[in-house]
Parts: sequence; C-alpha cells; structure tokens
Amino acid sequence: MSPSPTVGVLALQGDVREHTDALSALGVRVQSVRTPAELEGVEALVLPGGESTTLGMLLRSSGLDGPLRERLAGGMPAFGTCAGMILLATTVLDGRADQVPLAAIDIVVRRNAFGRQLESFESDLSITGLDSPMHAVFIRAPIVERYGEGVRVLAAVEYREELRPVVCQEGRVLIASFHPELTSDRRLHELFLTHIGI
Amino acid sequence: MTNTSAADGVNERTTGTVRVKRGLAEMLRGGVIMDVVNAEQAKIAEDAGAVAVMALERVPSDIRRDGGVARMSDPELIIGIQEAVTIPVMAKARIGHFAEAQILESLNVDYIDESEVLTPADEAYHIDKWNFTVPFVCGATNLGEALRRISEGACLIRSKGEAGTGNVVEAVRHLRSILGDIGRIRAANPTELFGWAKNLQASIDLVREIHETGKLPVPLFCAGGLSTPADASLVMQLGAEAVFVGSGIFKSEDPVRMAAAIVEATAHYDDPAVLVKVSRGLGDAMRGFEIASLETRLAERGW
Repeated sequence: MSPSPTVGVLALQGDVREHTDALSALGVRVQSVRTPAELEGVEALVLPGGESTTLGMLLRSSGLDGPLRERLAGGMPAFGTCAGMILLATTVLDGRADQVPLAAIDIVVRRNAFGRQLESFESDLSITGLDSPMHAVFIRAPIVERYGEGVRVLAAVEYREELRPVVCQEGRVLIASFHPELTSDRRLHELFLTHIGI
Repeated sequence: MTNTSAADGVNERTTGTVRVKRGLAEMLRGGVIMDVVNAEQAKIAEDAGAVAVMALERVPSDIRRDGGVARMSDPELIIGIQEAVTIPVMAKARIGHFAEAQILESLNVDYIDESEVLTPADEAYHIDKWNFTVPFVCGATNLGEALRRISEGACLIRSKGEAGTGNVVEAVRHLRSILGDIGRIRAANPTELFGWAKNLQASIDLVREIHETGKLPVPLFCAGGLSTPADASLVMQLGAEAVFVGSGIFKSEDPVRMAAAIVEATAHYDDPAVLVKVSRGLGDAMRGFEIASLETRLAERGW
C-alpha cells in the first residue's frame, strides 16, 4: 500500500494555521512549505489568505517562485483562497506592476474588488457540488473578471449588477475568493481533496 | 455595528461582523505592519513587502523628541497614502477620541489603532469600539488590559512595548506577561477562573474562553521598540503572530533595506540562515534608548 499523500500549505504569511487545521481535521497529512526542499515533499499545495503582494515577494526571496511554477506547470493540484487565488491567477488587475502571478488557472482577477475593509462581508453562497449553501466570509476580496474556456464556475455573486465568479476550478486547481478556512464548514476543502483523488 | 443588505437578491450580505473584523487581522499574520507618515514612505513600505501600513502624524521617536500633543494624521495625508498603495491602510486615533475614530472610519481606513503613542483624549474611557463598522487594534501591557480592550470591541491586540525607543525589552515583557498568564489560565482549575477574572479585572466569559482554547479570541501581534530583523525573530519565536515596526524602519540608516530585511525575518523567524542573510551589512539600526532614561513612558497610557 502506498503511503497517503502529503498536502502542503504555503506558510510564508497569512492564515496558514486555519488551513492546516481544516486539512488535519479531514485526516490529511499536512506539511508547511516555506522552502524549495519542503515543496519537494508535497503532492498538492494550498495557498492561504494573506496579502498577495507580500506573498509574491516572499515567494521570490525564499527561492520558491521558480520551483513552484514548475510544479504547477507539471500538474500539481492546488487550492488558493483570497490572496492564494490571486497568486494562482493568470492576470491580476489593480495589483502592483511587478506582481507576476503563477498562471495555474486561466482567470483574470481583480484585487480588492468590493473595496476596502468596510465593504468586507459575510453571505450564504450556493456552490455547485455542495448540497446546501456555504456561509462565506469575504475580506477585501478579489473577484474573477474573466475566465478561459477550460474553467468551471462553481459559484458566483452579484458584482456591479452582474454575476461574477468567486469559486472556480480548472483541472486540479481550485480557487475561492472567500475564506472557507475561517469557518468550521470543511466541504470546500473536502471538494478539493476529492478532485485530486485523496 | 453591522449592516445588512440583500444585494444578491437571495443571499443577504452582512458587513462589520466580528468574524469579518477579526478576519482581516488573521490575514495579516506572519507579516509586518509599518508606520508611515506620508505617501512616499507608504510606497517604500509596500515595495518592501509590508502587509499593511499605519498612518500617523509623526513616528514615535519624533513624538518623543519634539513633545507636544500628538493627534490623528491630517486626512489629506491619509488619502494620499490610500492612493499610493494597494495594501490595507491603518491609522491611529487617540485613546478615547471617538470623533477622530469617526473621521477615520469615514475616510474608509481598513483598521483603527486606538493608540497610546498619541496623546490620550479621555482619562476614564477608551472608545466603545462596538459602535463602529471598521475594526480596531489596541495595545496592552498585560492580559487584563488585553481582555478589557476585547470587551470594548477590539479585534486585534498588540503589545504596547515602548514605542520610539528602538529597545525591544518592554515589548518582550508585555508579550511574556500576556502569554504567560494565558498558559496559567489554561492550566488552572475551573473554580480558580473566578479569581483570575477578579484579579485581571476582566470578564469571566473571556477568561473561560481562554481556559478552553489556550489563546486570545483575537490575534496577538507585537509592537513597541522593534528595530532589527533579529528583534522580529525574537518576538515571533516568543509567540507574537505578526509585528508592527514604527521608528525602527524610517529612523534606520537604510530604510529600504531594513524594511525588506524585517519582512523576510518575520516570515522565516525560526530559520537562522535567513536571519544571517538579511542582517548582513544592513547599516545602522535606529539609535536606541535605555528605558530608565525616558521622561515619558507611553505604555503607561491607557488602563
């Protein structure tokens, strides 16, 4: 019998502990990832909420940026929430000019789409694949402005009088613009694990 | 204060909840929040990887040097800072000065620091932070103070330390005091919790929550006197979840490098190889002060 796979949590900055707790509660072996060597030991990676500009810089200074791009290009499963979703996107709007996302999922995201902290909100959200709505916490949240043909939209919210995606999946990459790790509902983490066959 | 709207038609959106307020603080963990007085400094902070900036009129070491009453920043400067950066912008209000806080909320700042670094405006009451949609951070020197601030609605606690000194010793004292008492409450017999609540002058419900969870209900960051990458590593290893750096960056010899070095040191706080790399040839840190030589102890403000 092969040993159960290890899921990494990018642990440079952000709400790492909540993702680690969620995965551990689902019985998964978790490894925090701050170095290229730690990345080598994981079969999938969760990118947490945090500050995407900070995380992007820390990816470069830690030497993780290059190896992580290679792993994602090679099909490593990934799950990004909020800042993690921005990191996994193909293009970032309203970001810094030097923000070069990892291009693991074919989406264009807008940072802080809803505005500043006063506009952060909670709401129930219907997600394809879940039998009842999930309570979702959006904090200075990004939104998906455009997406490629291979992208499946699993949930959307009204934004400037249009429906815009907030949960998407392409292949084995899943993104959410809210923070499933901040509530005790583990179904989106479970969905990710199911997608990648764990 | 929470506001609800049915913008989704079906799904109601609620803003200003405790979860949303504490949630932003959770996202800042492992990061560095830098004091800035203008847009130019804010840009340097963002370029260096700060997770947020803190707008204030003067950095603490200048407040210490120049004296006088220290107040909220000019709104013009805060707007300039908000336009210059994409990361969260926090701003300081005086202890008890709810009108300054109302102005900062109207300016749409992301967090308000009800701060002892500014001159207190009320000797009896801190701001009733439940009245606001914007979240608040407050300083504390011990667990009782931290819990009183949380009861008033603070969603993030930082050690006070002794701002503007470049001396980390007070921040370490406050952090050890808060975390030490949390550990003792965790281990206490349930009947002893009433004694803890009485001695800490804190709510029994919060004391019970700490007994059950072993941690504060809000994140605990460190502030006050941090001035080197090693200082950041020290307080993170002691149990702080993120750091605030004030004068330590813009009063150092090379603020651009110092800022980036402290960011990297905070992320890799337990990796000595990274700490060596970022500390090498960094130039002079800010000039520091012995605590005993100070005329004003900022940490004694508030209660």
